[in-house]
Amino acid sequence: MKHTLAVLVENKPGVLARVAGLFSRRGYNIDSLAVGITDNENLSRMTIVVEGDEHVLEQVTKQLNKLIEVIKVSDLQPEESVERELALIKVNVDPEKRAEIMMITDIFRARIVDVSTRTMIIEVTGDEDKINALTTLLRQYGIKEMARTGKIAMIRGSKVIKREKG
Amino acid sequence: MGDIVNGAEALIRSLESEGVEVIFGIPGGAVLPLYDELFDSDIVQILTRHEQAAAHAADGFARATGKVGVCIATSGPGATNLVTGIANAYMDSSPIVAITGQVTVNMIGNDAFQEADITGITMPITKHNYLIKNPRDIPRVVKEAFHIASTGRRGPVLIDLPKDVQTEEFEYHNPGKVNLLGYRPTLKGHPRQIKRAADLIVKSERPVIFAGGGVIASSAHEELRQLAELIPAPVTMTLMGLGAFPASHPLSLGMIGMHGTKYANYAVTESDLLIAVGVRFDDRATGKLESFAPEAKIIHIDIDPAEIGKNVRVDVPIVGDAKLVLKELLKYVKYRARKEWQDKIERWKRKYPLSYSKDDKTLRPQYIVEKVNELVPDAVIATEVGQNQMWTAQYFKFEKPRKLITSGGLGTMGFGFPASIGAKVALPDETVIDIAGDGSFLMNIQELATAVDFEIGVKVFVLNNQFLGMVRQWQELFFNRRYSNVCLRCRRMEFTKIAEAFGGKGIEVTKPGEVEDAIKQALEIDDRPVVVDFKIAREENVFPMVPAGAAINEIIG
Repeated sequence: MKHTLAVLVENKPGVLARVAGLFSRRGYNIDSLAVGITDNENLSRMTIVVEGDEHVLEQVTKQLNKLIEVIKVSDLQPEESVERELALIKVNVDPEKRAEIMMITDIFRARIVDVSTRTMIIEVTGDEDKINALTTLLRQYGIKEMARTGKIAMIRGSKVIKREKG
Repeated sequence: MGDIVNGAEALIRSLESEGVEVIFGIPGGAVLPLYDELFDSDIVQILTRHEQAAAHAADGFARATGKVGVCIATSGPGATNLVTGIANAYMDSSPIVAITGQVTVNMIGNDAFQEADITGITMPITKHNYLIKNPRDIPRVVKEAFHIASTGRRGPVLIDLPKDVQTEEFEYHNPGKVNLLGYRPTLKGHPRQIKRAADLIVKSERPVIFAGGGVIASSAHEELRQLAELIPAPVTMTLMGLGAFPASHPLSLGMIGMHGTKYANYAVTESDLLIAVGVRFDDRATGKLESFAPEAKIIHIDIDPAEIGKNVRVDVPIVGDAKLVLKELLKYVKYRARKEWQDKIERWKRKYPLSYSKDDKTLRPQYIVEKVNELVPDAVIATEVGQNQMWTAQYFKFEKPRKLITSGGLGTMGFGFPASIGAKVALPDETVIDIAGDGSFLMNIQELATAVDFEIGVKVFVLNNQFLGMVRQWQELFFNRRYSNVCLRCRRMEFTKIAEAFGGKGIEVTKPGEVEDAIKQALEIDDRPVVVDFKIAREENVFPMVPAGAAINEIIG
């Protein structure tokens, strides 16, 4: 089972290595990991998708919390949160297929962000299923290259994840 | 206006303001400014002969006192030599601060001379570590390091200090209060969980207390004794927990696990309630997990939430400091007679006492440990790792905490001797003895030089069977006596002469009748190390024992 963790950390050198090292050391599998700073420049937020049962999730959470620079770990429930990922996909474009690809792009509300005589880069945002569906369709034209950000997520409604007051 | 100081001076000032009185270490290129500053400092500096020994000595100092031990090494090989010592402290939750030199900031990452990424290397074996690039951070970092090392679940912290940061000048300001957003150990147990635990205790028919190193770390031994007597419940201890409950107490079951007592293992197996305090359910203590305390509900009190539910399912988890939690628990627990259970345990104790065969001719290690116990019951005892360690754990009756200094989690051969040096430096008026094996002692024997130089009167009692004894025992029992690479028969080597050559005292013992005199002779010398070479029966085994992977009640011997 996959779990999405939002991990609030201090924005310091080495913190990513500590988190990544913890996962490999203890044998947990990371599906994806996305990191960026927050509105507070001293804090970064990691979104980690981890594979495992409840026991693994509990241990991952507790072990993460033991890292001094980890401030808060939250397990985000898919039904209660917005999950997004961004992908850039470079596809082969035969001139006669160009319109077809543009139509698919439209249907997925994706964007064409670069065009050359033989290729296009398509930018798509959405949840994992949507990106997977689009790549499946584009595969028939030949995907030359793909880059994905990994998932980021946020709880719906007014509830927020922030550092606890000491 | 603060004083203008350089980084080295700032570091020493910070150490002094943390109350550091002793450091163990070896200088080198990347810590030259630091050692130059130490030259004028009142901090006692013990120059060890290997950095590993500096780390173990700091660890021994910490275990004997409960204070933070400090060690220093230079960059590169100096720093990597600390690694075993740091890992050892990490596994046994011992508070040390290790300070390493580093190449200059602009050289980091260039594979410079004596460069090693020590913060990267020690990431998995420290509670936290720091690479300081700005000298202004030194006062804050040192304060945080000591705070992290000595609170919550204790452990090692490393500070890596590039050489140019040590020489750069800046205006020194005292650091404010430690403010770590992500580090707030839970000390007080949850009241509802404590009441639930008390409920289970009162209802239980066959309770057993299972105490570990956490009891000693939080100085909860007195509360533990009160709880055991109040319930009443027998108490078994892990290796790290020995001394948390007096061995002579009628409720003591001694050690649990692979080389524990049969009655402790039987009691845990038949108990209906296990009250685990400051333990981490290590495999050497539990044996096969599926068969561990199969009928028991489990209350687990620990300061580290990640230990709860890691190895065993727990019915009542209580995160908190053992002392504070036990104090609360004592308010709700009531006495209830459990005669049947007590009688059963008494029968086990009578039927399966620890024993070994005795005769006048054979020099047996158990006898030596018993004699040491008889002559200096209050001594601080360090051990190496292997048979010497287990015989000590079985036959020395530890009555008080912080009297046994032993490498439990990592099982580091070569730990005991430098650790005993650290303990003796901390407690100069106490008798400190390293009960060693001949294999282990050789792994840090160069520290005889340190002990001679600083007039540190530690005693090393070598239980010398000319074997890597515990490995040989396993080969005897599980590998058809094929003694592969365990024989250390150095025909011309004499520990007594090695001791004398370093400037210490050497005594050889070959017969049981000589043991008492040799120990007494050793006890009289306190200004240099004494090595007593006990030529013990070569193939003596540690029994009882639980074979690897078996349940703890499947104990043999």
